[in-house]
Amino acid sequence: MKKVITLGLVLTLAASVVTGCGKSSSAKENEGSSSNGVIELTNVSYDPTRELYASYNELFAKHYEEEFGQKVEITQSHGGSGKQALEVANGLEADVVTLALEGDVQVVADAGLIDDGFTSEFDVDSSPYTSTIVFLVRSGNPKEIYDWDDLIRSDVGVITPNPKTSGGAMWNYLAAWYYFEQQGQSEDEILESIKQLYANVVVLDSGARGATTSFVENKQGDVLIAWENEAFLSLQEYPGEYEIVVPSVSILCQPTVAVVDEVAEKHGTTDAATEYLSYLYSDEAQEIEAQNYYRPSTKAIYDKYVSADTSNTITEVPADGKWINDNISLTDINHFGGWAQARADHFADGANFDSIYEQ
Amino acid sequence: MELRKENKVLKGVLVTISFLFLGIFLILPLIYILVTAFRYGISEYINAVTDEYAVKAAMLTLEATLFAVVINTVFGIAAAWLITKYAFKGKKLLSTFIDLPVTVSPIIAGLIYVLTFGRQSFLYPILDSYGIQIIFAVPGIVLATIFVTFPFISRELIPVLTAQGSDEEEAAALMGAGTFHIFRKVTFPHIKWALLYGVVLCTARAMGEFGAVSVLSGHLRGKTNTLPLYIELLYQGYDFTGAFAASSILVVLAVVVLILRLVIEKKGKKELDLNK
Amino acid sequence: MKKRRSVIPGFGISLGITITILSLVVLIPLCSLVVFSAKLSFSEFVYTVTRPRVLSGYFVSISTAFIASLINVVMGLILAFVLVRYDFKGKRFIDGIIELPFALPTAVAGISLTHLTTTNGWVGSLFYNLFGIKIAYTRIGITIALIFIGIPFVVRSVQPVLEKIDIQYEEAAFILGADSKTTFFKVIFPEILPAIISGFTLAFARSIGEYGSVVFIAGNTPYETEIAPLLIMSELQEYDYSAATSIALVMLAIAVVILSVNAIVQSIVSRRVNGLA
Repeated sequence: MKKVITLGLVLTLAASVVTGCGKSSSAKENEGSSSNGVIELTNVSYDPTRELYASYNELFAKHYEEEFGQKVEITQSHGGSGKQALEVANGLEADVVTLALEGDVQVVADAGLIDDGFTSEFDVDSSPYTSTIVFLVRSGNPKEIYDWDDLIRSDVGVITPNPKTSGGAMWNYLAAWYYFEQQGQSEDEILESIKQLYANVVVLDSGARGATTSFVENKQGDVLIAWENEAFLSLQEYPGEYEIVVPSVSILCQPTVAVVDEVAEKHGTTDAATEYLSYLYSDEAQEIEAQNYYRPSTKAIYDKYVSADTSNTITEVPADGKWINDNISLTDINHFGGWAQARADHFADGANFDSIYEQ
Repeated sequence: MELRKENKVLKGVLVTISFLFLGIFLILPLIYILVTAFRYGISEYINAVTDEYAVKAAMLTLEATLFAVVINTVFGIAAAWLITKYAFKGKKLLSTFIDLPVTVSPIIAGLIYVLTFGRQSFLYPILDSYGIQIIFAVPGIVLATIFVTFPFISRELIPVLTAQGSDEEEAAALMGAGTFHIFRKVTFPHIKWALLYGVVLCTARAMGEFGAVSVLSGHLRGKTNTLPLYIELLYQGYDFTGAFAASSILVVLAVVVLILRLVIEKKGKKELDLNK
Repeated sequence: MKKRRSVIPGFGISLGITITILSLVVLIPLCSLVVFSAKLSFSEFVYTVTRPRVLSGYFVSISTAFIASLINVVMGLILAFVLVRYDFKGKRFIDGIIELPFALPTAVAGISLTHLTTTNGWVGSLFYNLFGIKIAYTRIGITIALIFIGIPFVVRSVQPVLEKIDIQYEEAAFILGADSKTTFFKVIFPEILPAIISGFTLAFARSIGEYGSVVFIAGNTPYETEIAPLLIMSELQEYDYSAATSIALVMLAIAVVILSVNAIVQSIVSRRVNGLA
């Protein structure tokens, strides 16, 4: 008798836990489907795109209702690019991913969620907008930082996030590498220079946003190696306190977008998700991207935002909104043999980045 | 005479140290939060705390807290009863396992659920075929919250039950009372206040959990963002005012819980005095 | 008493509930940790968890946690003593806010402590200008965050025990000619020692694993201020599950060892106290 009661109680308890779980998730399922007339999309993105997608989602919802007569609601998730990719690969149900680099989207693809060939699914390698890496320094540039070699001077404190945990930081590292390579240094010399650069790093934050906060709010270091869009955002938020320094060379950062095929199929949202990403290439969307300081991929709109001023120091957001500095030589990830190669050479366990910290 | 004098000096020193220590370590960060929250005036503050997403995040936090407290209470009572009333093999091991979650890094706590219920787990296809999603959804958040507060209630109950001994329960049992009857009439009155204290601790800790939840929430705005995650989101979006304003909600909730405890405790003491 | 079956009914049901919930919430998920790290061979496992960077992560985590917990023992003892023995204005308030570190999200604690202790912060600027000491982004900063996290554990372990000690013992000791120092160390201290040890252990174990608050204040420089939980995170970022779970497993083992040492110490101490009494 006692045993029966015990068993019964345990079963009810287990059942209540499971139904509790089931209930909340089946509710979620319903929201995802389009039966009630509202299509729900989940966009898993990286840190600095919050403002961009806040504006874009409004634009897209309007566009979609006008074009297809259906309401769309978009749920955003932001975080470090690598972490976000991993969560999607682990079962975070994203209809689309818009991540900081192709390598992170590849992780989702490797998990079997995205069909091969995602880089050619949309125009220009599935990168509707690009960015680059610049320096943010304090007003008046007191430490006279103009190019990458100034970052290895012993009196300069550098802020950059950890490439092991941040997509943006990988771009920073690769841009620095490219500069020293252009100076004609051998691989050992480049490693030595990079080592000096990271020896100057005051705070190695885990993400791009954390690094910006350390520099801007907590006033650490003399120079922040930052996404161009983040740097402009800081100029805009703190007028007169910072200047952007555009180095002589940098890297073309191509954030990659993709439909997460398996999830979208399950939700029945493949068409809406595809439309969501292709509309990023429309003129209206490209304008929004440019206004959020991403370099648009449409030539006409890009040209519209190119600044006449080619000086490498930008002290304020141009009043006419023409902010793109074209006076910079950009390499890209192909120079490093693609993401898989770059990761293996530089960021894997025991690769170059680890070796510069070896004592 | 001398006894008093010495005590006074000592008292002065010790009380001052206490105030200084708590002032610097606990109060100062609190003041900092409030100052930053009100940096741009009260209307900004009200805007920030009534934001649609802030309210949703607060609701989710309360929901997860409620689940965690209920399940941990059931567990805590059962475990404390088991450990103090019976002698059996493996008791030491059992209590070590119960304590374990407090000492496990929150990151690991989140990670183990991702490993257990994520796409690479063998459980995933089974759960998926029933449409059950645990991680990156509310159940995962609830699980993580239960985990980090797991032993809070049993740890409060065990010492009280040990001190009280089992004589009364044994007497009741010999007179033929059933389990629930014994528990309600004999044991419960003794553990009431310890239980309450455990619930308070559990509630407070559950509301504030960040690390474990952060690993398995997915950060879906308005869906799986708890208040602490929402705070981080705002903070990373340069919205320091908003972040600290949202933090102040948690501070207020925590203070309410702690005051509630003091009030109930006072009532309880009165009740005890009356009974005497 | 020994080995006698208890006459109290309800063994089955309480065992059932305890084991069910414990397995669902703790044991089964923890097993997946073992399963995933078992994907490495033993030598790979050893290599992964003993790389210099990882060793330094353990060292940073353990050393700062140890120092923070020592400070917490001293401060926690004073706080508990003051709360139990003295009446003064604001006592209620102090008693009420001890749990604050539990309730405040660790991230919020980390953020506000960081802002306070950077070289421009309210406290940090003072220390930097007067003594040239940097707090945030150093191990001192980590230690401070861990003190914040751990203080309730010690206070709340010691306080109830202290409340139970009869003040008459002390008065007797005092009248018999012991000074207050002797009274404290000979009469009170042995009584509360088990509670102190258990408070220390909990605070220590909790601090070793702390992530949310520390990651903001640490600066995360490899070999300097990089904590072990952050290493787990960075292994995860590299999609290296086996490495992440291996490091996690080592940390779990450390936690188990600390808890077991505590359990052993507790039983020795209580035996000794009982033997004396």
